[in-house]
Amino acid sequence: MRSLLPPEYIVRIDQDRCRRCGRCVRNCGFGALSFEHSFWHRAKELFQGSTEDLQKVIAHVEEYVPDRVVADNRKCVQCHYCVTHCPEGAINIEPNPLAYKANHYWLPHYQKNIVKQAESGGMILTGSGNDKPYFSYFDHLVLDACQVTNPSIDPLREPMELRTYLGSRPKALEIEQDSDGEPVLKTKLTPQVKLEIPIVFAAMSYGAISLNAQKALAMAAKECGVLMNTGEGGMHRDLYPYADHIIGQVASGRFGVNPEYLERAAMLEIKIGQGAKPGIGGHLPGEKVDEEVSRTRMIPVGSDALSPAPHHDIYSIEDLAQLISALKEATAYTKPVGVKIAAVHNVAAIASGIARAGADVIYIDGFRGGTGATPMIIRDHVGIPIELALAAVDDRLRQEGIRNQVSLIAAGGIRHSGDVAKAIALGADAVAIGTAALIAMGCHVCQQCFSGNCSWGIATQRPELTRHLNPEEAGQRLANLLRGWALELKEILGSLGINAIESLRGSRLRLRGVGLSEQDLEILGVKPAGR
Amino acid sequence: MGCELRNRVEAVEPYRIDAQGMHHRQLNETIRAALSAGYREIILDNVNGQRYIGAGISTPAYIEINGVPGNDLAVFMNGPTIRVHGNGQDGIANTMNSGTVIVDGSAGDVLGYGMRGGRLFVRGDVGYRVGIHMKEYREQVPVLVVGGRAGAFCGEYMAGGVLVVLGLDRLPGQPLTGDYLATGMHGGVIYLRGRVAEHLLGKEVQMFDLNDQDWKLLGGLLDEFGNYFGVDAAELKKDQYTKLLPVSHRPYGRLYVS
Amino acid sequence: MLLREGEVRIPSGCAVSAILNVKGRCINGEAITQSIACMRERSNGLGGGFAAYGIYPEFKDHYAFHLLCETEQGRLDAEELLRQNFLIDRSEPIPTRKVIGIENPPAVWRYFARVRPEKAVGCSSTAEGNLVTSVVMKINKHCDRAYVASSGKNMGVFKGVGFPEDIAAFYRLEEYEGYLWTAHGRFPTNTPGWWGGAHPLGLLDWSVVHNGEISSYGANKRYLEMFRYRLELQTDTEVVAYLFDLLHRRHDLPLELVCRVLAAPFWKDIDRMPEPQRRLYTALRQVYGSALLNGPFSIIVAHGKGLIGLNDRIKLRPLVYARKGDFVLMGSEESALRRIFGEPDEVRAVWGGEPVIVELEGGSAQ
Repeated sequence: MRSLLPPEYIVRIDQDRCRRCGRCVRNCGFGALSFEHSFWHRAKELFQGSTEDLQKVIAHVEEYVPDRVVADNRKCVQCHYCVTHCPEGAINIEPNPLAYKANHYWLPHYQKNIVKQAESGGMILTGSGNDKPYFSYFDHLVLDACQVTNPSIDPLREPMELRTYLGSRPKALEIEQDSDGEPVLKTKLTPQVKLEIPIVFAAMSYGAISLNAQKALAMAAKECGVLMNTGEGGMHRDLYPYADHIIGQVASGRFGVNPEYLERAAMLEIKIGQGAKPGIGGHLPGEKVDEEVSRTRMIPVGSDALSPAPHHDIYSIEDLAQLISALKEATAYTKPVGVKIAAVHNVAAIASGIARAGADVIYIDGFRGGTGATPMIIRDHVGIPIELALAAVDDRLRQEGIRNQVSLIAAGGIRHSGDVAKAIALGADAVAIGTAALIAMGCHVCQQCFSGNCSWGIATQRPELTRHLNPEEAGQRLANLLRGWALELKEILGSLGINAIESLRGSRLRLRGVGLSEQDLEILGVKPAGR
Repeated sequence: MGCELRNRVEAVEPYRIDAQGMHHRQLNETIRAALSAGYREIILDNVNGQRYIGAGISTPAYIEINGVPGNDLAVFMNGPTIRVHGNGQDGIANTMNSGTVIVDGSAGDVLGYGMRGGRLFVRGDVGYRVGIHMKEYREQVPVLVVGGRAGAFCGEYMAGGVLVVLGLDRLPGQPLTGDYLATGMHGGVIYLRGRVAEHLLGKEVQMFDLNDQDWKLLGGLLDEFGNYFGVDAAELKKDQYTKLLPVSHRPYGRLYVS
Repeated sequence: MLLREGEVRIPSGCAVSAILNVKGRCINGEAITQSIACMRERSNGLGGGFAAYGIYPEFKDHYAFHLLCETEQGRLDAEELLRQNFLIDRSEPIPTRKVIGIENPPAVWRYFARVRPEKAVGCSSTAEGNLVTSVVMKINKHCDRAYVASSGKNMGVFKGVGFPEDIAAFYRLEEYEGYLWTAHGRFPTNTPGWWGGAHPLGLLDWSVVHNGEISSYGANKRYLEMFRYRLELQTDTEVVAYLFDLLHRRHDLPLELVCRVLAAPFWKDIDRMPEPQRRLYTALRQVYGSALLNGPFSIIVAHGKGLIGLNDRIKLRPLVYARKGDFVLMGSEESALRRIFGEPDEVRAVWGGEPVIVELEGGSAQ
């Protein structure tokens, strides 16, 4: 069927500036750019003489009218790789103003999806996180600062502590005295993992992202004293040196999960769901399963990697308890076991159940959370915002007196250190960042992660594209980002007059709502600004 | 009391005030009255906790205090000499411009905050954040000498001037200063009698040996300290000293992006 | 409508002072009054108070409930709540005198009470303590403008709106003899001050005076709420008192370690500790991180057997310790301590996060 889809973008090449170096043509993962040999092709058609004469003419013509770069606008996804890397700054990409007729109700993307589905009969696939203009609670929460009655603290000169531990804590410690009468710890704590900054990288599997991208995350995690997460794609051997900073995920597909994998990771995470696709499984197409992915996921080359929607050993909460215990037994209780869920309507009760099932960490992923691939209808219409989910979960765990039993990681749309601080004030121990980490590595959020064509070398396994990502450089960018956020967090703590992150945790008095309804405020446990 | 004083033109005798139970406003008013009456030497007896003694005074004067003066002694002071026969409290020489304060005993927190000139000598121990943000400008170089130990954050933000910590009369095992010594220091110099453990140092400074010029400066201050408190300066000079200097005048280069 | 204190959290500055005779010898309330009056500059007449230990020897095994009642109905309701749980052997208005500067005082009452036998769960002192705590919380929450100032044995809290020396005169403290006294002068940022919001804050044998504002109030409050504490007074001091109650009385941590939770060592210092100390201190912060008191404070906590002085870990508030013979003194300023007995035998500043724990010789008062 002939496609009626108009191009979304128009690529404009400044032919005066373009030196025809061909970088953009080679680098575009979507094949949107090519050399056009129009002039001499035309000349060949017109010429009636001998081949030798033709060669002469071509040589002559080429000197004056060289090939030029042209774009297939239909293929462009505006990932900006060519724009960023063109040494002459000769490329510009604009939205196509004539793609769809303006309409406040039938917005362009609705029209586009209808056309696509009319042509294909399929589900609309997308990557990244929910981009729809839902209300952002983070943007309607503001932080406090000290004036006079208590001093702010200078974070650059005075100590400022961000260190956070993930793990389960008893309600109380038991102390005994040693032979010298000195107090010593009697309680044996369950395992805790240390974060020097209360941020972890969200789970992104090898398969969904390239090995270079995973390496960058692992290097940054090690440098900054935080954690990255394998996702459900197993742990490639190149990551072994960073294993102390890696969360090993156990998802419904169980890819790459064997005792060695469990043994290596610093912490384990059972993935039940993900904010971008609550209740939805995964599917890594066989064409992405190359030799290395195959080895890491422990499946044959070229075979589809299917992650079932549920874990088929977890149909109820007691089954979750069973899997948690099985993982703890398999690793001899040496590492925390977390559970990751999508923020859904009943999240508070679910979290309470997870805590009681023996999880050490609960990771809640709000509806802004990203993904490598998901049906757009799920991404954009299922799940709830992390701010509300987090507030509800923290409240519930406290009401039940079990907040100490679990650490809470909040994720799904954390854009800057202000969001981090607000999430912690709402009750999180730490946050996870996925999209922000990808952006730090170069991602321009074109949302085509599912295509495997990522020009930035992140969400692709094509060797000519993964080469685009230098793990050392990307790792440094990630580490810089965390450093910058850590400095900002310290500045925020200093202005709040506190010098340890735990004094912000759950301290909702340090938040105020601006423009929130009474009910929102009640759920968030926050007063309106001015009160 | 003030009226009676106003008639005196030149005073040779010291003027004595019994500060027992006196509110600081009354006490300081009396001091100001005595000064404007021409007295240049004032003795305060039974001082206990009265604040702001010497505040903002620019007249040359010698004020002797028997007792424990309250907070903000010599705040904004410009010229006089104050001798305290006793301990001091918090905030001595706060933003002091010039003059000398000598404390026979120990003193509290935040001494010499923003001090831009003059001298403060304390014989005993001092509290937290001593010498915080002392600064110098041209010929105005503040000096703060501590005979005993100093609490944490000593010399914090120090931008100029000279800070000396002698650590006399320490118990065995007691460090010379608390933690975060000279954190944020970006100017001036700190002299320590002995050394401190590296982990107590702020990240902006390093320890150095003294050169001849340092010895000249420090030697003079030790002599002065010896004179005030009857300590043998020659003995003090036999000890090892360490100098703390900021390693960079702009230690925060990589903090911001725009 | 202007919210009264208790309905809204009001920050305030302060002066604190304390006297303990380590041999348990009693002195009357004049010395502590002079000491706190010496720091008049630090308060603004909107709150003053005292805690006194050893003052009710004839009722030393009774819980002495001191109540501040703004309405008669509130007092009757509170009395009813007490009667449901306790046998009241004596109840009376606390003797006061008229003092210029003390306006519209509430009715101040005291009840000497024993736990009703049928309410006593076994003979566990923890259970009895929990009962007292829960009754105190109920009165503070449910009885109209009635507040429990103190609820310990052989001790009492005397507090109100006014300068501390006026409060002392109002309550005729010179007529009481105690071996341990603490005092507080308050500089709240609201007007008018509120009797229930004055300090010390008392719960069971604990009383707390505190200078500074606890910037981690919100985190501490929500932590305590998990353990069923209700922070009705919305004051920082309440947080301190309940944390001591939780960590020491209920969780049985030694006082030294309670202090190390409230003013925790920095991670960099913990990392340098030898084992097994490091393991202990790491666990304390991991488990009790939400109990860390952050922000400027100096606090003096008194209990039947002694006294604790503690500064925040970067020492943003002053605290001075002194000793003179059998007396241990602590306060915001050295001059206030000298006011009591003149030249002390020993005087020194308390360093940040360094607890000063003084106990009665022989463990209890004579």
